[in-house]
Amino acid sequence: VLAVVLVLLVVFRNPLASLISDARLQTWTTVFVSVLVQAVPFLVFGVVLSAVIAVFVPRSFWARALPRHPALAVPAAGLAGVVLPGCECGSVPIAGSLIRRGVTPAAALAFLLAAPAINPIVLTATVVAFPGRPMMAVARGLASLIVAVAMGWLWLRLGRTEWIKLPHRPDLEGLGRGNAFWAAVRHDLMHAGGFLVVGAAAAATINVVVPERWLTSLAGNAALSVLALAVLAVLLSICSEADAFVAASLSQFSLTSRLVFLVVGPMVDLKLISMQTGVFGRRFAARFAPATLLAAIVVGTGIGVVLL
Amino acid sequence: VNRQAQAVVMLLLGGAVLKASLGDLYLRYVKAGLQPFLIGAGALLVAAAVMTLWYELRPRRTTAHGHEHHHEPRIGWLLILPVLGLLLVAPPALGSYAAGQAGSVLTAQNSASDYPPLPAGDPVDVGLLDYASRAVFDQGRSLTGRTLRLTGFVTPGPGGEPMLARMVLSCCAADGRPIKVGLTGAGPSAVAPDTWVQVVGAYSNRVGKDPVNGADVPYLQVTSWQEVTAPKQQYE
Repeated sequence: VLAVVLVLLVVFRNPLASLISDARLQTWTTVFVSVLVQAVPFLVFGVVLSAVIAVFVPRSFWARALPRHPALAVPAAGLAGVVLPGCECGSVPIAGSLIRRGVTPAAALAFLLAAPAINPIVLTATVVAFPGRPMMAVARGLASLIVAVAMGWLWLRLGRTEWIKLPHRPDLEGLGRGNAFWAAVRHDLMHAGGFLVVGAAAAATINVVVPERWLTSLAGNAALSVLALAVLAVLLSICSEADAFVAASLSQFSLTSRLVFLVVGPMVDLKLISMQTGVFGRRFAARFAPATLLAAIVVGTGIGVVLL
Repeated sequence: VNRQAQAVVMLLLGGAVLKASLGDLYLRYVKAGLQPFLIGAGALLVAAAVMTLWYELRPRRTTAHGHEHHHEPRIGWLLILPVLGLLLVAPPALGSYAAGQAGSVLTAQNSASDYPPLPAGDPVDVGLLDYASRAVFDQGRSLTGRTLRLTGFVTPGPGGEPMLARMVLSCCAADGRPIKVGLTGAGPSAVAPDTWVQVVGAYSNRVGKDPVNGADVPYLQVTSWQEVTAPKQQYE
């Protein structure tokens, strides 16, 4: 089937190319392809790292590395996210793999939220994007860490294990290590990658359909501007290394609302929701994403009012 | 989806990523700095495909899990889409449509004093972002008296008059923002949007506003212009 599809596509290559000559469609395709090209390295390295965790790191390691008490393991995992630079698309499969290896879900979720939001690369980018305002990077790091840890603790109190439904991965026990490693890589790549494609298509659509000038009318109102940029961060799905530059260019908005944009973006966005649905299951994503969004808006606004 | 088909999908994706990153194609979508990571990721994808095929086609030692029927992730088929996008369609870099949708990227800098003198040359090549920052935040001090050459694509301004623009990327085309420079004097006229031009001119103290986000749009006093082919690196 695959071969037939490919042959047909090669034959119809020219009609296909002329079909997308429309400017809107062309921009859509460019953004779609570029979101994916940009995400592929992070996805692949994240998947490989998660396969390493699944196959080569023994279960007992996590029991020793993290504090025994779950309430303490959450901030520890959050801080571990700080040193691991990576895009959000890489941290989803890693968090899934951690849960599989017996790490308490609350700690894995704190890691999932913290890793893309507060790492040296992202914070440096924020400093560069807001020259003369180093407090922006400080506020971003602080607010993101608070949200990550708070969501971890919230999960300890309210979370139910049955909400998380990890996809059935072919049984790795009983396979040779090499075989198990590549089987995990293949499975996670196909799975997380497929959902990444869905997310990228959604983000490209928003990018083309929603013109920026709609937003400008909202910038005057303090409360509305925070909400508008929070929603924009969810919809645009920009990678966390770049969002500071976009926030800097939204110059008509208040600093607090731009801080909320930076806190929400790496934690909740279309491609992340899509990938979380794939890796953790629908019931999980339906609860976790809105709760995180709310927490990020509240904490971001609070920190922004105090620090900026 | 059986595993061999999955291996083919991974092989295609890896191959497409490698082909794009070893040529110039990837420059249309991401920053040049991502190239080594793209090559690494493409190689890993190809390796994963080869290893999957290797374990699949090797004679099985046991039949214990020979007939596992848990569904393989069907959503993985979607990974064919970026392959098609890269190999067959290869969409162009962002152009005037995207530039018209978003506001100019020029934002306040902290200090106005650290603009070094322009390099020698007559005319001297200046990037659009560099020109705009010097013109707006340094009041053109380092620009006056020099003949300047700017390269960008034509995009219709708010009143339909041609402006010079270029997209600025910080990571990938999804965060691409335009930098716009207005043209006065003998600027290009009757040129289709997205045409790449090289304009030669001098600093003008006229500053307009981008209607999309209210950012400052500096102007250039044009003396001559010519059409050029699009550069390899279209973003700034």
